[in-house]
Amino acid sequence: MALSVGTFKLIMSILQISQVSKTFSTHGAVTQALTATDLSVDENDFITILGPSGCGKSTLLRMVAGLDTPSSGEIKLEGVQVTGPGADRGMVFQSYTLFPWLNVLENVCFGLREKGLPLAEQHDIAHKFLKQVGLQDFANHFPKQLSGGMQQRTALARALANNPRILLMDEPFGALDHQTRELMQELLQDIWQSERKTVLFVTHDIDEAIFMGNRVMVMSARPGRIKCDLPIELPYPRHYSVKTSPAFSELKARLTEEIRIEVRRASGLS
Amino acid sequence: MRPLQPVSPGAKVALGISFFVLFFAVWAFATLGGYVSKTFLADPITMVRSGFDLLVNQGFGFDIGMTVWRVLGGFFIAAIFAIPIGILMGAYKPIEALLEPFVSFARYLPASAFIPLLILWAGIGEAQKLAVIFIGSFFQLILMIAVSVGNTRRDLVEAAYTLGAKDSGVVTRVLLPSASPELAEILRMVLGWAWTYVIVAELIGASNGIGHMITDSQALMATDQIIFGIIVIGLIGLVTDIAFKTFNRWLFPWARLS
Repeated sequence: MALSVGTFKLIMSILQISQVSKTFSTHGAVTQALTATDLSVDENDFITILGPSGCGKSTLLRMVAGLDTPSSGEIKLEGVQVTGPGADRGMVFQSYTLFPWLNVLENVCFGLREKGLPLAEQHDIAHKFLKQVGLQDFANHFPKQLSGGMQQRTALARALANNPRILLMDEPFGALDHQTRELMQELLQDIWQSERKTVLFVTHDIDEAIFMGNRVMVMSARPGRIKCDLPIELPYPRHYSVKTSPAFSELKARLTEEIRIEVRRASGLS
Repeated sequence: MRPLQPVSPGAKVALGISFFVLFFAVWAFATLGGYVSKTFLADPITMVRSGFDLLVNQGFGFDIGMTVWRVLGGFFIAAIFAIPIGILMGAYKPIEALLEPFVSFARYLPASAFIPLLILWAGIGEAQKLAVIFIGSFFQLILMIAVSVGNTRRDLVEAAYTLGAKDSGVVTRVLLPSASPELAEILRMVLGWAWTYVIVAELIGASNGIGHMITDSQALMATDQIIFGIIVIGLIGLVTDIAFKTFNRWLFPWARLS
């Protein structure tokens, strides 16, 4: 987000993705998942990456996380090249990735323990974030005793507890039912505003992309590339009723058209 | 009765016991009714009587103790070596590539076929008995543990990395706890197999143990004692199995939540 301070305009870019591409080769067949892509993420941005399945949007996110290596180009977080996963980039996955052998509190403490914080401090931080996601009464539950939405809230608290510079979210609400998803969107938006985090959020849900993001990146079908970068000027905090406003509908109509072309292309219908 | 429909806990226990009753009833009918010669198969009552005699007058309790000690001893030695090797193989693919082919080959080497060699190497003492059990369980354990550790959910490993875990942290805080319930199950299963090897080891060149008693009884045509010996093994197996299962459930409460 561009911060205007008087007449100065301070642009603080924290993540630069430059000319990053990814090709996979399986059994000799080479697939280009992502063509050379550039993206600059500013401090406190909430960028949603929207695209049809298989467009490489998750691959892009995974490369930022350091879980995949770019075939070319480079990713820099605050000027330092990303070479592998690290605690400075928190990630929430679409699948439920809480450690089943740890209870909710221990799950949230996982990264803090890895950092070597004393137990009392770990618990203080964990309780704060559990409260923020409304799970303070479930600290002693095991993941399997929680609903999908609660598991993802725990995963969010676990990622936030590490105080990452950037939060990477790979369709985190994709497996949740519609009503739960909407509640989670509002919860995440509140947390984003109160914690002043920078978020990179992958989704294939157009409503979600518009509702959450201050910028929507639309990705083309494979080989993936960013085909449009659309700023969303709707003011925050966004109430769920914004989804029925004319401005929202207009954005949705436009993005629907963009995505439709890509989906048709991806499925060979164009 | 419908496919996959569960039964109530009471009915489950009753059904399980009723088959034991049926088994003994058929046995008693065949032997006491005179349909099967006593030379070939003793009846249950004679079996229980001579079992009592074995335990009280012939010191069979000591034989049972020796056999249990051998099984646990051999299995314990196999486990303390197999667990770390299996974990390393499961976690680190080069180690797996190095050892997996050999271990796969070695686990098909029949432990009982080693007995003549082991007698040559280690004599007919305890070392030989332990060695048979070790060979029988060691390679199986390694392979099964390696597979279990290697099957750890990749997304959990990735989540740990994004939370700042280092490689050693991933092994100790993700791979190990994730595989432990299955690891305990593997130990339970392979311990069951170890019982087969110990009896074979005791059939040849032993001066005590359940297997030794069975060979002795064979010379005397004492089928009642042989059957008693076999049933004792079965009972010990059943008890250790239940104890192991209960212990595992208590140890890993999270694994049975669903």
